[in-house]
Amino acid sequence: MEDLSRFKQTYFDESAELLEVAESGLLRLTPGEVDSDEVNAIFRAVHSIKGGGGAFGFTELVAFAHEFETVMDGVRNNTVPVTTELVDTLIRANDLLGQMLAYAREGDPAPAGTTDGTVAALRRHLSGGDAPQVQAPAAAPAAPAPAPVYADDEDDEAGLFGDAMAAIAAARAAEDPVPPGKLRWTIVFRPRSDLLMSGNEPAFMLRALRRLGDATVECHTDALPNLQNLEAELLHLSWTVTLIADADVDLDKINDVFEFVADDCDIRITAEAPPPAAPEAPPPVTDPVPVATAAPPAVVAAVPEAPPKTPGADAPKAEAARPRPNGGGAEHAGLTSHTIRVDLDKIDRLVNMVGEMVITQAMIAEHVRELPPGEFQELLEGLEQLAQHTRELRESVMSIRAQPVSSVFSRMPRLVRECAATTGKEVQLVTSGETTEVDKTVVENLVDPLTHMIRNSIDHGLEGPEERERVGKPRAGTVHLSAQHRSGRIVIEITDDGRGINRPKVLSKAIEKGLVQPGATLSDEEIDNLIFLPGFSTADQVSNLSGRGVGMDVVRRNITSLGGRIGVYSTPGEGSRFVLSLPLTLAVLDGMVISVGEERFVLPLTNIVESLRPKAADLHGLVGKCDVMMARGEYVRLVYLHQLFGIPGAVADPTRALVVLVETEDGSRLGLVVDEVLGQQQVVIKSLEANFRRLDGVAAATILGDGRVALILDVAGLREMSRHMDSRAPRPPVAALPAPALEPV
Amino acid sequence: MSSSTALATVGGTRTDARTDVMAVNAAEEQYVTFTVGSEEYGVNILSVREIRGWTPESRLPNLPDYVRGVINLRGIIIPIFDLRARFGGGATAVTKRHVVVVIQVGERTRGILVDAISDILTIGHDAIKPPPDVDGGMVGAEYLSGLYTADDRMVTLLCVEKLFSVENSELDSATRALPALERAS
Repeated sequence: MEDLSRFKQTYFDESAELLEVAESGLLRLTPGEVDSDEVNAIFRAVHSIKGGGGAFGFTELVAFAHEFETVMDGVRNNTVPVTTELVDTLIRANDLLGQMLAYAREGDPAPAGTTDGTVAALRRHLSGGDAPQVQAPAAAPAAPAPAPVYADDEDDEAGLFGDAMAAIAAARAAEDPVPPGKLRWTIVFRPRSDLLMSGNEPAFMLRALRRLGDATVECHTDALPNLQNLEAELLHLSWTVTLIADADVDLDKINDVFEFVADDCDIRITAEAPPPAAPEAPPPVTDPVPVATAAPPAVVAAVPEAPPKTPGADAPKAEAARPRPNGGGAEHAGLTSHTIRVDLDKIDRLVNMVGEMVITQAMIAEHVRELPPGEFQELLEGLEQLAQHTRELRESVMSIRAQPVSSVFSRMPRLVRECAATTGKEVQLVTSGETTEVDKTVVENLVDPLTHMIRNSIDHGLEGPEERERVGKPRAGTVHLSAQHRSGRIVIEITDDGRGINRPKVLSKAIEKGLVQPGATLSDEEIDNLIFLPGFSTADQVSNLSGRGVGMDVVRRNITSLGGRIGVYSTPGEGSRFVLSLPLTLAVLDGMVISVGEERFVLPLTNIVESLRPKAADLHGLVGKCDVMMARGEYVRLVYLHQLFGIPGAVADPTRALVVLVETEDGSRLGLVVDEVLGQQQVVIKSLEANFRRLDGVAAATILGDGRVALILDVAGLREMSRHMDSRAPRPPVAALPAPALEPV
Repeated sequence: MSSSTALATVGGTRTDARTDVMAVNAAEEQYVTFTVGSEEYGVNILSVREIRGWTPESRLPNLPDYVRGVINLRGIIIPIFDLRARFGGGATAVTKRHVVVVIQVGERTRGILVDAISDILTIGHDAIKPPPDVDGGMVGAEYLSGLYTADDRMVTLLCVEKLFSVENSELDSATRALPALERAS
């Protein structure tokens, strides 16, 4: 069953595409200019829908598709003239087919009579009922003179065959030019029902006709009785044969075919010669009728002047006048699949192009800024709009790459079950915000960090069931995994209701491992963050799950490499909360362009708290080691970018330079001393490593509006560099390890 | 301003040189040669992607002086190495007439800052002489693939794969040394 429904889905997806093929083909179908490839494509589309529908037993749909297909077959064989009305009917039929597919997909039966009107319209075209209308518009030239009619029995014929068959012949004669040097014969062959009794075989006659020329045979089954009334020995079929034969085939030769059955059947034979080549000759009506093509309502206006010969002709005319219902498209849309599969490379190319566009836009903006103000108001407004559109375009493109985090979250329940089993703890995993979307690359890179962190929470955070009962908690611990968008970033939180970080233990371990100087006073937050240091592990025993001391520092490295931040907040006895904050995309970021000396850099906007020019009174030297600044009641360490990067010609005096207050992922602040803040700008992240290598304090590079490269600063890296710089100073280093250690500021 | 010079026109500056582009067989290879001061160097033409005029670079922090910086090469960022500085001649004082030879080494693209392009030479393998022992210091012998005599000139053929290998320990230790910080403190 599962398999069948999957095939069904494929069938519906394909049918939706086929409907579109058919529709676009139909829209290109112009009276008089029938492109057989186009017609074949439409026919094949409808036929495929019918065939597939049959396989799944959608009888109503198949029945309707069959009607549709029959008309298309007629068009293909040039037996049904292409008129504006026909195209209109076909388009409606196509819409209806879409509707039928929608019903079939829902498993609902189509309301009774859904297809009746359209089927009737289709049939009218098949029987040539609309032929007179084609001739109707005043702009249309007169139809060719009626062809001579040969009939065995003129009186009988009208009653026996009715208007329909005569009309079909007339319509065909009128619509389709006969190739030069040929004659077209239309032979309506209606045997009496007892023909077979006399040992005659109609198939032989049809075959014999075929030998005379290019024959198209249509079988009329309308006289066929219900199965229960069917007499197997009686013949209920009749045929219309269109024969295009050389001029030497005359009436006698055709009559010869029916020689033996002449008394047992009704035959009407019509001939049509090719139109004379003289210029005054009326062109075939299949030529495009300008009025009809350009403005369908005009057809209606013209119709009354030429009364239709058949009563049925009224209906298609009225339908032709009605504009195509808008609902048709909507019903269609209900069936069309809402997703497409696209090669990731194509999207990335698009992303790159948008990136280049962002750069170009920034370049134009930069040039315009140099224009005299006030003179180019409209240009400026236009640019403002362009900037807005570029931003929206960028967001739209980025959203194509976005994926819900559920693909990662959904792996976690199993992990939790396994961890719980290994540790003997009872764990309940609660997830929320699974639908939060973030760039595909980010999603993919979340798997490892989240795995590590959830293991860590269960292994280290949660207590065993007995211990939990002792402290009055439910036996089962809860790990809550949540995702949400917050100010242009995705924030993922992993919260457990375990014992929290054991700070004395963490601190003593850090001192024991030489990560922290003995006797150093660390804040609670700083102690908590020690768990992210390389080589740190507090597990008394190395367990299977975590405890090798590679977990959390790897997590932090992974997250940082994605441009993310990680923080931990813990309350002893109540639990811990790990907060990951990641950019939504890895391709573009909002940055602040700053200058130092001749160089320009980009600071990620997410790192910036504020920028200010300090007063001399706010600046203090700290133990002759570094400068600190008083900012909003807090002492913040100053980092001179020109010193760190060795840039000549920079402003060294903070009271004449600017201080940009930046915040790193653990919430600690730095005052970055720069010359100038040039402005906010979206920048496209370019890899420095692709052709070169990673550099300390540099996250990536970008290209500014003037085509020059600017480095994107890595604030956390800068902080570590400044610490490294301290450790090189005469004062003994806080940490003896090569890896920079946390120290009280 | 970012003028690229087609290789074919470069060779035309010197008519007496053996620039028989057509007659290349397995025993010979073509080299693009360029000058730095009075010396002439050559690199295998297959590694040369393009030659472009000098455009201002963006400096990279805390790297040896021969890492000139990075430039934007049609949307990708490539490092520029100063050949003069690499061979101990100090940083090149660039003018608009200086040239960057963009070379492709494996997946990586990089530029070499030189004074001028001089020639395209077709050099037979047996015409390349092994380099004599060079005093270890600035140029290790592994950077040199050989010496060639073109008329009365000596051309030093360089092995681009090894010349500016950014993964090598020399560059790393240079970074570690943080020369800029020494100056600052």
